[in-house]
Amino acid sequence: MLRDPRLARFSARLAALGLCVVLTACEPGILNPAGPIAAGERSIFLNSLVVMLAIVVPVIVLAFAFGWWFRASNSRAKHLPEWAYSGRLELLVWSIPALAIMFLGGIAWIGSHDLDPPKPIASKARTMTVEVVATDWKWLFLYPEQGIATINRLVVPVGTPVKFRITSAGVMNSFFVPQLGSQIYAMSGMDSTLHLRADKAGRYRGLSAHYSGEGFADMNFFVDAVPQAAFDRFVATARAGQGKTLDWAEFVAMAHPSRNVRPASYPRIQPGLYDQIVMRNGAPEGEKAEDGREQ
Amino acid sequence: MSFTGKLGWDSIPFHEPLPLVSAGVIGAVLLGVFVWAWRRGHLPYIWSEWITSVDHKRIGVMYCLLAGVMLLRGFSDALLMRSQQAIAYGNEGYLPPDHYDQIFSAHGTIMIFFVAMPFMIGLMNFVVPLQLGVRDVAFPTLNSVSFWLTASGALLINMSLVIGEFAKTGWLVYPPLSELRFSPGVGVDYYLWALQISGMGTLLSGVNLVTTILKMRAPGMGYSRMPMFTWTSLASNLLIVAAFPVLTAVLGMLILDRYLGFHFFTPEAGGNQMMFVNLIWAWGHPEVYILILPAFGVFSEIISTFSSKPLFGYRSMVIATMVICILSFMVWLHHFFTMGAGADVNGFFGITTMIIAVPTGVKVFNWLFTMYGGRIRYTSMMLWSIGFIVTFVIGGMTGVMLAVPPADFVLHNSLFLVAHFHNVIIGGVLFGAFAGFTFWFPKMFGFTLDETWGKRAFWLWISGFYVAFMPLYVLGLMGMTRRMQHYDVPGWHPWLLVAAFGAVLIAGGIACQIMMLYVSIKTRKDRVDESGDPWDGRTLEWITTSPPPAFNFAVLPDVKGEEAYWGIKAQAREQHALSKLPDYKAIEMPRNSPTGVVCAFFSTAMGFALIWHIWWLVLLGFVGAWATFVVFAWRDETEYEISADELKRLDQERRRSKATLLDLPQDALS
Repeated sequence: MLRDPRLARFSARLAALGLCVVLTACEPGILNPAGPIAAGERSIFLNSLVVMLAIVVPVIVLAFAFGWWFRASNSRAKHLPEWAYSGRLELLVWSIPALAIMFLGGIAWIGSHDLDPPKPIASKARTMTVEVVATDWKWLFLYPEQGIATINRLVVPVGTPVKFRITSAGVMNSFFVPQLGSQIYAMSGMDSTLHLRADKAGRYRGLSAHYSGEGFADMNFFVDAVPQAAFDRFVATARAGQGKTLDWAEFVAMAHPSRNVRPASYPRIQPGLYDQIVMRNGAPEGEKAEDGREQ
Repeated sequence: MSFTGKLGWDSIPFHEPLPLVSAGVIGAVLLGVFVWAWRRGHLPYIWSEWITSVDHKRIGVMYCLLAGVMLLRGFSDALLMRSQQAIAYGNEGYLPPDHYDQIFSAHGTIMIFFVAMPFMIGLMNFVVPLQLGVRDVAFPTLNSVSFWLTASGALLINMSLVIGEFAKTGWLVYPPLSELRFSPGVGVDYYLWALQISGMGTLLSGVNLVTTILKMRAPGMGYSRMPMFTWTSLASNLLIVAAFPVLTAVLGMLILDRYLGFHFFTPEAGGNQMMFVNLIWAWGHPEVYILILPAFGVFSEIISTFSSKPLFGYRSMVIATMVICILSFMVWLHHFFTMGAGADVNGFFGITTMIIAVPTGVKVFNWLFTMYGGRIRYTSMMLWSIGFIVTFVIGGMTGVMLAVPPADFVLHNSLFLVAHFHNVIIGGVLFGAFAGFTFWFPKMFGFTLDETWGKRAFWLWISGFYVAFMPLYVLGLMGMTRRMQHYDVPGWHPWLLVAAFGAVLIAGGIACQIMMLYVSIKTRKDRVDESGDPWDGRTLEWITTSPPPAFNFAVLPDVKGEEAYWGIKAQAREQHALSKLPDYKAIEMPRNSPTGVVCAFFSTAMGFALIWHIWWLVLLGFVGAWATFVVFAWRDETEYEISADELKRLDQERRRSKATLLDLPQDALS
């Protein structure tokens, strides 16, 4: 069935049509990529969809066709009450899915390596590092190179690859910006790496894609992808802010459970804070208790 | 240490009227049924013929009943979730997070462990010994213990509605969220003990059915002659035996963390949450095949029967089943590609996952070729089957897409994933359970189900399914993640409204099924299955009467080929006579025993006490359950005899009905 080019074209058109419906009717999502990782993932998604539609659509058609034609009341249909084996058909039914899976398996293997989250994005621009800490129930973004930090708002320069280091202050979460691509779990005591790049300026929704308790639904943030000049202005503004320095004590205090937190920023961070959070497995219970956290 | 442990008046959620009212209604209905049965004098019958029964058929029916009741509970949760998400755009909706989080956790737990599992185990229990041509499972009393332990788990989960709370962690209680530090309440403990107790029941039931299939087949019933449903049951139960100990172990480790301060999964003391995630899915992935394989078996039987043809490619189907059985243990990591295991590991597990699509695809093609050249009779069961094929290939397709790691990086945990697994579990397992229940209902009760209401139920279910879950695929592509109590993205709202309407359609489907049962029971006298073979069946369960006698077969059938009963029927038609009158010999059947229900009573008490830290009751429950086994082990009389004359008399009736069915002269009986 894969070998019939007309069918493949038809399926591709059908997929494209379905895609249009989705694209026009909805909010930006994973089908509106704003960077190379998300774009790569979208094309893998669509390729595998089309390959499989080439089998699935005929199967559905056959199910209806056989079901209709061989209904008991149709006396014109062939009747083969004993027919239960055909070596040729057996070979065919094993090889059609096997061929499709060999092809898709190739896509999966190559794609896994091309789009592996820790793999740096080849780029002329220098890679910038952002450290991400999931806390109950807000996102903390540390900019070690700029020495600032933000809560629930991430600003990145357009076209600059960003290396995210991701951990958690407590429970599991998943750091996810649908329009930029891959998500990675945020886990306490673990330091995960993810490379993303925004190629289009704009504001993108980010969220936790792993349920983490009562305030989970509000654990959203915005990513502002801005030109380099605007990014520099953002850093300067943040540095001039009145807030406290984000050190361990301040981090433990901010990590207290809180819901629906407005974006905020810290003008200075204690160097090495992120590594300290990873090494101390987030914000340990005892230290939280001193700060009055409910036990 | 208090006499009632952590339990006090404040454990009852008076501030939440919804669970209290619903539990009150359920309680009132149960009480009403009890009073009705008591007034009509049915209680002794229910006790001696059902509750203490060790007959695999009765136990199978009780499993299905449990699944049906729990389906209502799990579906109520689904309605609450769909309506909450339909409302909660830009506001908090009507269910606060505290409540909503319990609802989705309970929904998943109940639907998998107390609807899908008991439904499938019930059908296997009922059908497998009949298809094998034997009189019972290998360990009849153990079978009763299995069922009652499952019921005990279901009871504990439902008690959490009114006493305390349920887990607020999702249905797989990932740590650290499920650890004492983040979930100090009893919710996770309810989950843990309910699943430990019912999981024990499931494991015992798996051991029982594997032993039955491997060791107790009718003469001539070689492996290559076993009906497809029995083969898939074998595969499913092998998976139970291999996978459920993993679940018991991993939940046991979490229990140690929560009760004794161990640190298996707490990062702050060297534990690792990732170990939990690996272990739970090492059970969890085989689990989905434990559920779907018997459903494949059901569809194989139904499509073959109603196409009036043998199953196409029987050997291929057996091989495909066993390949799935083995591969299902090699794919667990695809549930967490986003943990960051690296490209080689992700690629490997992505490919193993896709390979499962090959034997599954083979099965789909073979079902199609089974229909090819047939004379398809469109009963509701056939509608479920074709609905299944169409729906399941869509679900399979999205499953393979999720198995491509880079695609999963953007689809993981989204509503696309939720749509996918409902696509295969509703379209596969649940449709299979409904089709199988309708198919074997006359064998269970001696009369057929009403087809009009059955077909209405099918159309509402399938349209409801598509209306409820196709929008979820779209929402997943729009980046909506699962388990959101509220949201403020305008584009999501219309799709969630549509999904909620789909849930209403499904509610209509369930209402039709209740009507189907009501109408069928009411008109049962007109729909009696006299012949024991209402669908022109092909396997041995149709050779005996409907319902079968306790001993199933007066004389074990002599199996001479695939489709044993079809062969016997063909021979009788050819020779214009039934087989020769056999030489009846007295047989012994196991006595009914209250071991199962008493043991489960003590287990429930023990589970409840463990949840609430009532240590004296823990001890009492444990000693009680243990003593029950000791009493059973020292029993004197285990079996009762059925005389040869009695067997002969009953079998004569059966032979008469078969002669009528096959249009044979009555004098051809002997």
